[in-house]
Amino acid sequence: MADLKVHNLKKSFDGNDIIKGIDLDIRDREFVVFVGPSGCGKSTLLRLIAGLEEVSSGRIELDGRDITDVSPAKRDLAMVFQTYALYPHMTVRKNMSFALDLAGADKQEVARKIEAAARTLELEPLLERKPRQLSGGQRQRVAIGRAIVRNPKVFLFDEPLSNLDAALRVQMRLELSRLHQELQATMIYVTHDQVEAMTLADKVVVLNGGRIEQVGSPMELYHNPANLFVAGFLGTPKMGFLKGRASRVEASGCEVELDAGCRLFLPVSGTTLNAGDPVTLGIRPEHLNRGSEGNCQLTVKADVSERLGSDTYCHVVTGNGEQLTMRIRGDFTPRYGESLSLTLEAAHCHLFDSNGVAVGQSLQLAA
Amino acid sequence: MATSSAALPKAPVTESAGEPSERKPRRFGPSWFLVSPSVALLLLWMLVPLSMTVYFSVIRYNLLYPGENDFVGLENFHYFLTDAGFMPGIVNTLILVGSVLLISVVLGVLISALLEAADFAGRGIVRVMLVSPFFIMPTVSALVWKNLIYHPVSGILAAVWKFFGAQPVGWLAQHPLASIVIIVSWQWLPFAILILMTAMQSLDQEQKEAARLDGAGPIAIFWHLTLPHLARPIAVVVMIETIFLLSVFAEIFTTTSGGPGYASTNLAYLIYNQALLQFDVGMASAGGLIAVVIANIAAIILVRMLGKNLTEKY
Repeated sequence: MADLKVHNLKKSFDGNDIIKGIDLDIRDREFVVFVGPSGCGKSTLLRLIAGLEEVSSGRIELDGRDITDVSPAKRDLAMVFQTYALYPHMTVRKNMSFALDLAGADKQEVARKIEAAARTLELEPLLERKPRQLSGGQRQRVAIGRAIVRNPKVFLFDEPLSNLDAALRVQMRLELSRLHQELQATMIYVTHDQVEAMTLADKVVVLNGGRIEQVGSPMELYHNPANLFVAGFLGTPKMGFLKGRASRVEASGCEVELDAGCRLFLPVSGTTLNAGDPVTLGIRPEHLNRGSEGNCQLTVKADVSERLGSDTYCHVVTGNGEQLTMRIRGDFTPRYGESLSLTLEAAHCHLFDSNGVAVGQSLQLAA
Repeated sequence: MATSSAALPKAPVTESAGEPSERKPRRFGPSWFLVSPSVALLLLWMLVPLSMTVYFSVIRYNLLYPGENDFVGLENFHYFLTDAGFMPGIVNTLILVGSVLLISVVLGVLISALLEAADFAGRGIVRVMLVSPFFIMPTVSALVWKNLIYHPVSGILAAVWKFFGAQPVGWLAQHPLASIVIIVSWQWLPFAILILMTAMQSLDQEQKEAARLDGAGPIAIFWHLTLPHLARPIAVVVMIETIFLLSVFAEIFTTTSGGPGYASTNLAYLIYNQALLQFDVGMASAGGLIAVVIANIAAIILVRMLGKNLTEKY
C-alpha cells in the first residue's frame, strides 16, 4: 500500500511563496506526473514530498502516517535525480547497496536484492564498474536500481530523462513504463516535457505558479481542459484561441460570435454564461479544416508552414490578427500570404469565460 | 550506412563511456625543433648548477684554505654521511615533513568541512583570516612566534602558564622540533584550507541529497562522500607541501639555529651549516646531492602513491 496525501501544502523561500497551498491525493500504484512550465514549483513539490526541503505549512501523509517532519531516509521513499547523483568513487554494486549497508542489512539479503534489481534493469555485466565508465542511459538505470533495492513505497523521479539524448529518452520512457508495470509501484514523476507526461502518466498534475491547475488522466486533460492555461500548455502544436462574445445562450448550448468574423453554435451544456459575455474559443490544430463547407467559415492568411511528412502544420493569421495553427494531412503547403478559408469543428471547440475557466462540459467526452 | 543509423541500438550493456585513447608514437618533427629553445634554456638552468655541485663535491673546497682544491673522490660524501649531524638531520627532516603534513591535512579537512557546513555571519571574514598566515613571510612569522608566543619571559604562553601558577616553559629550548613543527604547520595549514575549501564547494549537492535519502547522517556523508571527493585535492596538498617542507630553513634559522645540538637541524639547515658556518663547500655540495637523491626518492614514492589519484578522471 502506498497512499500519499498532501494537505494544503505551502512553501516559501525568503518570503517568496513558491508553493501556494496544494491538495493532492495519490493512490496506490499510480503513476503521477507533475508537469508545468519552469518555475512552477513542480520540483519543489517533489522535494517537499521527499523531505529535502522543509515544509512551511501543511501536511504530508503516507498511508495515514504523518511524514511532514520525518527525516528523508525514514519516509519510505526513493528518489532518482536529474543528474543521477551516483556516488562517483563507488562501483555500481556499492552504489546500489549503499542505503542497505548503512541500514545494516544482512549481506546475503543485500546481494540478493542487488542481483534482482540488476536483472530487471539489465545491469548485471556492469556491477563492478564505476559510474564514470557508464553511458548516460546506464547511469540512469543504476540510479533507478539504487531506488529499487530499497523497496520504497513511493518512487520519486526528478526530470530523470532530461540529460539524455532524444533517442535514448524515448527508449527510457518505454522502460520506465514497463518498470512501473513490473514493480507495481507508486511513482511520482516531475517533468517539463508534456510528451513524457502524456505517455507515462495515469494521472497528470498540471502546476502553474505554485498552484495546481488541473488533475486528471492525460486524455481527460487533453480533451477537457479546465482552463486556458491547461488548454494552452498541453498539446503540440498549441491550441489556437479566438476571442469572441456569447451572442445567444440556451440550455443545449451557446452561440458565439467570434471577433474574427463568424458565428457558430457550440453544444456545451450547463453554461453559466449570459448573452453578451466575452468568451475565448479554443480549437486544436486537428479540428480546423480547410474548405468552405461548415457553419463557421474564416478567411485567414497563411503564415509559415512546417512539413513533417505525415502532417503539415500551417500557421495562419485571422483577419483581426489572431494566430491559429492548422494540422493538415499530407504535405499541403500554402504560399506565404496566401488567402485560405477554413472551418471549425463545432463539436471539438472549447469555450472559456472571461476568467479563463472552461465553460460547461464539452460534449465530446460523453459521446 | 542508412540501415545503421535507422536501427536504434537498445543501449548495449557492454558499451563503455570512455573512448580508448590512441596515442601517436612520438616523432622528431618541427614541434621538437620549435620547443628546443625553451628546453635548452631549462636544461642549462638545471645542468650548470648541478654539474658545478657535482664538481665541488669531489674536490677539497674549504673557504678557510683557499687554493687547495685537489681531487678527493668520494671523501666529502663519506664525511657528510658519517657527520654527527647527518642522522639527526634526516630524522628531523622526516619528522618535520610528516607531522606538518598530518596536521595540515587533518585539521585542513576538518576546518574546511566545518566552514562548509556552518552558516554564520562573517563567514567571509573568517575565511580570509584562516588563509592569511600563508601570506606572511616565514622569517617574520618565525620571529613573531619566537618573541611573542614562545618567549619564556615575554611570550603569551609564558603569561598563560604564569596565570595558572606554573613554571613557564622555554619552548624553543626544551621542545625545539615540536615548536618548529607548530610554526610551520601554522604557515601551511592555510594552504590546505584554501585548496580543500574550494574543492569542498564542488561536491555535487544532489549526491549529498541522494545520500540523505539513503539514510546517511552527516558523519556518514563526510566519510563516504566528502572524503573520497577530497582525495584528489588532498593529494595535491601533500605533493606541494612535501616539496616545500623538505627545504624548510628560515624558521629554523631565525628560532633555534638548528639547536640545541642537532635537535632541530634538518637536512637543509645542515647543508647551510657545512657551507657557511664551517666553510666546507665541498662537503656541503656532497650533502646537497644527497638531499637531491632523498627528494627524488620522496617524489617517486609520492607519485606512485598519489599519481594515480591525480590522473584518474571522475
